[in-house]
Amino acid sequence: MIYMDNVAGTKPDKRVVEKMLPFIEEKYGNPSAHFYPLGRESFEAIEEAREHVASLINAKSDNIVFTSCGTESNNLAIKGVAFNSEYEGKKHIIISEIEHYSVQNTALKLTNLGFEVTKLKVDETGLVSLEDLRNAIREDTLLVSIMHANPEIGTIQDIEKIGEICKEKGVLFHVDAVASCGHVEVDVEKFKCDLLSIASQNFYGPKGVAALFIRDGVKLTPLFDGGFQERGYRSGSENVPAIVGMGEAARIAKEEMHIYAPKMIQLRKKLWDGLAKMFDFLHFTGHPEQRLPGHVSFWIEYIEGESLLLSYSLKGVAAASGSACSSNILAEDEDELEASHVLTAVGVPNDICAGSLTFSMSKYNEEKDVDYVLEITPAIVNRLCEMSPYYNKK
Amino acid sequence: MAKGPYSEKVMDHFMNPRNMGEIEDANAVGEVGNPACGDVMKLYMKINDEGIVEDVKFKTFGCGAAIASSSMATELIKGKRVEDVLRLTNEAIVEALDGLPPAKIHCSVMAEEAIEAALKDYYQRIGKDPKIVDEMKEKIKTEIAS
Ligand code: FES
Repeated sequence: MIYMDNVAGTKPDKRVVEKMLPFIEEKYGNPSAHFYPLGRESFEAIEEAREHVASLINAKSDNIVFTSCGTESNNLAIKGVAFNSEYEGKKHIIISEIEHYSVQNTALKLTNLGFEVTKLKVDETGLVSLEDLRNAIREDTLLVSIMHANPEIGTIQDIEKIGEICKEKGVLFHVDAVASCGHVEVDVEKFKCDLLSIASQNFYGPKGVAALFIRDGVKLTPLFDGGFQERGYRSGSENVPAIVGMGEAARIAKEEMHIYAPKMIQLRKKLWDGLAKMFDFLHFTGHPEQRLPGHVSFWIEYIEGESLLLSYSLKGVAAASGSACSSNILAEDEDELEASHVLTAVGVPNDICAGSLTFSMSKYNEEKDVDYVLEITPAIVNRLCEMSPYYNKK
Repeated sequence: MAKGPYSEKVMDHFMNPRNMGEIEDANAVGEVGNPACGDVMKLYMKINDEGIVEDVKFKTFGCGAAIASSSMATELIKGKRVEDVLRLTNEAIVEALDGLPPAKIHCSVMAEEAIEAALKDYYQRIGKDPKIVDEMKEKIKTEIAS
């Protein structure tokens, strides 16, 4: 299987797994139990992981809170400030149209509590307009939440400039950097952000662990009440093996990103150029250069996304599709099939289930993987075109 | 444990669709679309003087379930009398495919509708009121219910 669905999660690095194993088997102490070595050992391992995670995003370790996933980090960031009495009276939140569901739906929920949400439009490459952002900020704006990179279309925002505007206007700024961290530089100082979410599974760490950066002075109300773990921001027993794994993944990413990122850019270019030559009815999505290093996304006229995805899967290639037909396929009814809001936002025709596909490569992909995808693509596309009532041979 | 969202039958029909293509001299052509998700299915039939479906082919823009449903539907109606073709329900298509995920049932409904649309076209071509198809369907339904 050639794995090119790394925005859904990367393969854990072997070194990460090795580092985790003792904490599953013998080092099982609860980090809250400092009084005997077994507990203390876990405590120290978590603190070491915190250092590594902090260092990856150029933060202080005191500002890192471990959570269970990117969704939790995003929820904690947004609801955390929204529920905090420190910011009472500020009831306006700005997000973009292409945010992850964990940001969109969280913001939406808050509208039930009297918050107002502005969704910034993006251009056809997926970029937020700085001008629009500037104009959208009001007296009562509490928070701006914009993602660094979009997993579906690969576009990377001008996040530093967005951070500058937020700082200048004195509003809190949250960055969802789940898709980008470990692939491109993520730096909380350069981003001038107050809150930033990252998830371990996106940079060769385990699933089920993530982190939120909280800048000094930002007031957050926790989502869970309990025994004050993670300085009270996230009560509940820590998932020690996972946190240790995330720490190791962060250490490796920081040391090796500059080696694998250029390689991934090369692979991306090869795949992009190869596909571009094949069909004039294949349309790329996202920004041509300002994008994730190993990320290629496109849609094809006459073809529906899920059948494209299935065809690649049958040929041993794992990718992702943003078409309604492939979304929530195990849902209880068809109303839950919904075309991707991201594709709609960048102008992919939504009256049809567009044949959208995302190939996201990791440091483990090789040139031969790209060659293989390019080799099997014509037959897949031609076969589905043959089947399509829309396609008339020219 | 399910191996994936689709049964082996669905995957087989998706990979090796039966009767895919067009019939140049078809005398029954039906095209239906699902506005919600954008599926489009086009069905061609060649019905002989005895009222038997001699040949049938399809073209589908849609997901795996839509393609498999089209393929299975053509298999189930080939060689049948027009009256019997109308007895084919989407449930029968789903059953023949060893099931579809709940969210994908509508893809089989589309196959049933494409058959109806093609038969309406057929009756129109032979100078009959296409409404006859609805009447026949109604009759079948009450027959099954009783
Ligand atoms: S093609 Fe969209 S759900 Fe079947």
